[in-house]
Amino acid sequence: MSIAHHLDEATLVRYASGDLDEAFLVVVATHLAMCDRCRKAAHDAEELGGEMLFACEPADLGANALSSLWNRIEGAGGQADIARPAAKRSSRRVGDLPPPLNRKIGGRLDAIPWRRIAPGVKKHVIRTDTATSSALYMLWVAPGVAVPEHGHGGSEMTLILSGAYRDELGLFGPGDIADLDEHVEHQPCVEGDEPCICLVATDTPLRFAGLLGRLLQPFIGI
Amino acid sequence: MALGATQVKTLGQLDGEKDFAALMIRVRERDRAAFEELFVHFGPRVKALMLKSGSGHAMAEDIVQDVFMAVWRKAGYFSPGRGTVSAWIFSIARNSRIDKLRRMSSRPYDDIMEMEFESPEPDAEQVLATTERNSKVADAIVDLPGTQREIIELAYMHDMAQTEIAKRLSLPLGTVKSRMRLAYAKLKLKLEEAR
Ligand SMILES: [Zn+2]
Ligand SMILES: [Zn+2]
Repeated sequence: MSIAHHLDEATLVRYASGDLDEAFLVVVATHLAMCDRCRKAAHDAEELGGEMLFACEPADLGANALSSLWNRIEGAGGQADIARPAAKRSSRRVGDLPPPLNRKIGGRLDAIPWRRIAPGVKKHVIRTDTATSSALYMLWVAPGVAVPEHGHGGSEMTLILSGAYRDELGLFGPGDIADLDEHVEHQPCVEGDEPCICLVATDTPLRFAGLLGRLLQPFIGI
Repeated sequence: MALGATQVKTLGQLDGEKDFAALMIRVRERDRAAFEELFVHFGPRVKALMLKSGSGHAMAEDIVQDVFMAVWRKAGYFSPGRGTVSAWIFSIARNSRIDKLRRMSSRPYDDIMEMEFESPEPDAEQVLATTERNSKVADAIVDLPGTQREIIELAYMHDMAQTEIAKRLSLPLGTVKSRMRLAYAKLKLKLEEAR
């Protein structure tokens, strides 16, 4: 899979330092699972945290810290209890979704309970386990559907899972992520004869006024 | 006796990281003495990091225990080809902080950790590479302008969100983001020198 559109460096820092809410974390981790380059970059960003940890003035631990740690380890199975990867997993198996998303929707792209929200557009809202003001959902957009030109109210990330769309920033295919600045305006159009399926996180719902706004509402996130 | 003050290694002792990677390989083989050495070095630092992130002493001690349970249990996922021991322990501490303090699941992070496992038997070259990697990261941080370093510290050490950082420093969000990008770019440049 060749991926052309990657995570913003500021997003890598937010991921590594632990500053993403559940909705954005799922989208970012799903991209990382699909993208070797960003996965390496994310580990690099974790080095900044490693250095901060290294540079911390040590704080005294309680006298029994080590012995109670051994007690807990032995209580939990001790020696035998080591988690090891069975084999090197491939980034993505055909038809399967990457683990961070798979866990959320439990299944395959063809088994998603879509809800039709406009002609040529279906949506599936993914429930988050934690209270967050961000929204996490999937969109299914039919071939040939063009989204009217629009801007974004806040942070939005759109990860393409299948199919493709094209806009002012280029062609977005499977694995590509639009990690867009809030100031970007664009007009995406589904490319090719396959529907475009994407995973979206948004932090502030975009609100257009009037009839035009209600027509645009389903397209938020693309 | 309280651990901490006696066992400080400084950034000047850069062979430290080489020792740590070698220790982690031994921990993977269930070597208790190696695990204790790691604990003596990193335990007090993980606690310090948690205190800086706003947790109380009891919670910080609790997280140290969780972190080292995970270091023992997940040692098989440590790969010197991927990064340094400090970065790996930092990422485990970050996950515990998310689980405990934010009450959010850090499972997506674990998915990524479990995915990439480069070689089951790390070679000496990889272990050596972590030494150089560690010194490059230290160089990159030393070279950062104060305005960028401040933001990196607030994000990684004090667990502040980028929006909180913007508020605290009275900066536009875009400025915080661009300083994060610059700091990351500096790091990337240094790490590429090491590859
Ligand atoms: Zn990428
Ligand atoms: Zn858009």
